[in-house]
Amino acid sequence: MSRYNLDYLDELEAEAIHILREVAGQFEKPALLFSGGKDSITLVRLAEKAFRPGKFPFPLVHIDTGHNFQETIDYRDKMVARIGEKLIVGSVQKSIDEGKVIEQTGKNASRNALQTVTLLDTILENKFDACIGGARRDEEKARAKERIFSVRDEFGQWDPKRQRPELWNIYNGKIHKGENVRVFPISNWTELDVWNYIRRENIELPSIYFAHQRDCITRNGQLMAASPFLNMDEEDIVENKKVRFRTVGDMSCTAAVESDADLIDDIIQEISDSKISERGARMDDKVSEAAMEDRKKGGYF
Amino acid sequence: MNILKFFTAGSVDDGKSTLIGRLLYDTDSILADQLEALQNSNRKNDDGTIDLAILTDGLRAEREQGITIDVAYKYFQTEKRKFIIADTPGHIQYTRNMVTGASTANLAIILIDARNGVVEQTIRHSYLVSLLGIKHIVVCINKMDMVDYSETVFDAITNKYKILAKQLNLEDVTYIPVSALKGDNIVQPSANMHWYEGESLLHFLEKVDTDHQETLAQARFPVQWVIRPQTDELHDYRGYAGRVLSGTFKVNDKITVLPSGASSSISKIEFFDNELKEAIAGQSVTIHLKDNIDISRGDSIVNSSALPHDTKLIEADLCWMDSRALDTSLVYLIQHNSKTTKCKIDEILHKVDINTLEKHSAEEFKLNDIGRVILKTAEALSFDIYNENRTNGSAILVDSRTNLTVGALMFRAAVE
Repeated sequence: MSRYNLDYLDELEAEAIHILREVAGQFEKPALLFSGGKDSITLVRLAEKAFRPGKFPFPLVHIDTGHNFQETIDYRDKMVARIGEKLIVGSVQKSIDEGKVIEQTGKNASRNALQTVTLLDTILENKFDACIGGARRDEEKARAKERIFSVRDEFGQWDPKRQRPELWNIYNGKIHKGENVRVFPISNWTELDVWNYIRRENIELPSIYFAHQRDCITRNGQLMAASPFLNMDEEDIVENKKVRFRTVGDMSCTAAVESDADLIDDIIQEISDSKISERGARMDDKVSEAAMEDRKKGGYF
Repeated sequence: MNILKFFTAGSVDDGKSTLIGRLLYDTDSILADQLEALQNSNRKNDDGTIDLAILTDGLRAEREQGITIDVAYKYFQTEKRKFIIADTPGHIQYTRNMVTGASTANLAIILIDARNGVVEQTIRHSYLVSLLGIKHIVVCINKMDMVDYSETVFDAITNKYKILAKQLNLEDVTYIPVSALKGDNIVQPSANMHWYEGESLLHFLEKVDTDHQETLAQARFPVQWVIRPQTDELHDYRGYAGRVLSGTFKVNDKITVLPSGASSSISKIEFFDNELKEAIAGQSVTIHLKDNIDISRGDSIVNSSALPHDTKLIEADLCWMDSRALDTSLVYLIQHNSKTTKCKIDEILHKVDINTLEKHSAEEFKLNDIGRVILKTAEALSFDIYNENRTNGSAILVDSRTNLTVGALMFRAAVE
């Protein structure tokens, strides 16, 4: 590090901490959306750096689709116990039971789309005015245009044409009653930055990020974990493979990649060499060229 | 490795999106599935090759209209540096988006079509770069393939731009002849322009010196949050959390708290579980003071030997960003670092025609208008002049009826 220049990870970290503290200062009832994925795990680490030795000025919120990898849930509970912060769980199963959403049917059924409703209900119920999320601009081209403070109307919708200009490092979090703001402190990080940070900080991750043996089926050209949550039929051939996951989502829509990378250094090497982007392993983005834009307008993370 | 944030000014016709697409493509920053999506897209160049411009056109309306209407951020890195690009639209109706993209950049790329030379929009873009105080400028003279890679054309444009640069006080300007479409001098040096002895664009971007000018400015620390655990073991803990906006703070430094004017000195600088001897511009830390002073969010801790301005009347450049025109009878909110207070635009001194740089007196201020105003704040702001301290010299205006960000302010002088 030269005298007057921060190293890139230090700069990204300092920016994210600044954003988290702005959330604490500007909002009455913020929350941190925690998925159990590496991005939200990174956010928890950043929140520790922003607010310790004090408590977080917000609870963690997990939207549980009921179709999670068990490893993620185990990780979540262990982590919450370690940091001693409050966890609120919004349940997609409850939304289904209450008739607010209807479970999809068919071979490609997934609860991914349903969680938007559960998320919006959880926000409403707890009167959250800001939700911190781990989205990054390098993930997808619609995200590349999203602000760090992104205002949603009372239906949770994002309007890409009415985004507020966001200048210097000044974040305008003023909203009307019923609106809320999604805040993305690691907007400027890339997938590789997140991994390098996790390595530098020695952060523990759910085991599914590392190579392991698992029963999989191949569907639409993608490797999916064989599970009771996947509607399988006789055409699906179960094969045991050594795989790992690059993102952590619902079991029904998160594809695995074949990999031998069982150490973080191997993963970083694999990503550096990779020719497939992270969201390339998400079937939910494949529907159309504007898939993410449409889901974000509807209130998705 | 550090980060270079740059922004690109130019219109679709200048090949701006193609230039960014080329930078990403030639640095191997486009992944296979993104490339596949690109190949499946209907848009192709006339010769059937992939239209690289699509890479930066994120929103559906933009893809349909083939224009860039917002700021899109793109990321790539080489072995030497990490880059963040703010891709902004160049048309006059998107001036506010350009100002937004430029506000966080430390380098600007200005694109000129070699066939057209310095035109009205070149003046406009260069003016915005000077207004926003961007230190480094690269003028890319693009579409050199369309003018037979002519040195004479390049020289003529360069000479004309130098006059403009002088007029706008742009000090550090570098000129590079390129063809984004063909890839000349973007990443690889061009085989078609042996007369050009400079570097390719990427090579230049990799080594341009970006020492934070903020670090050399006076020490400023706006308090964002007070950490008070109030537990038994940390009963008296009181830490001021924030980001060092400029300068350097060291343990034992004499400081002043504004607006109260109380003075003390730094007893400890913490970062998570580390204690630091000093904190430099850009670092997010927690500062402890020797004396127990009442400090809350919105207050500033500053170097006692070089205090900032502290007034309610400020002369500033204003860029208006809302479709509702400025109403000088209305009370707006001004957000300056972690402080928000009420304010009014007391007087419009002049408006600038950003195509000709002429100043006019003006009664009204509409979307994309830029000019000089006097503003009056309800509480005094502690600020520096924008050119000396970008972060402590800037603020935004918020319309409290709509909560929208309606203006960008660059402080030019304190009115005593």
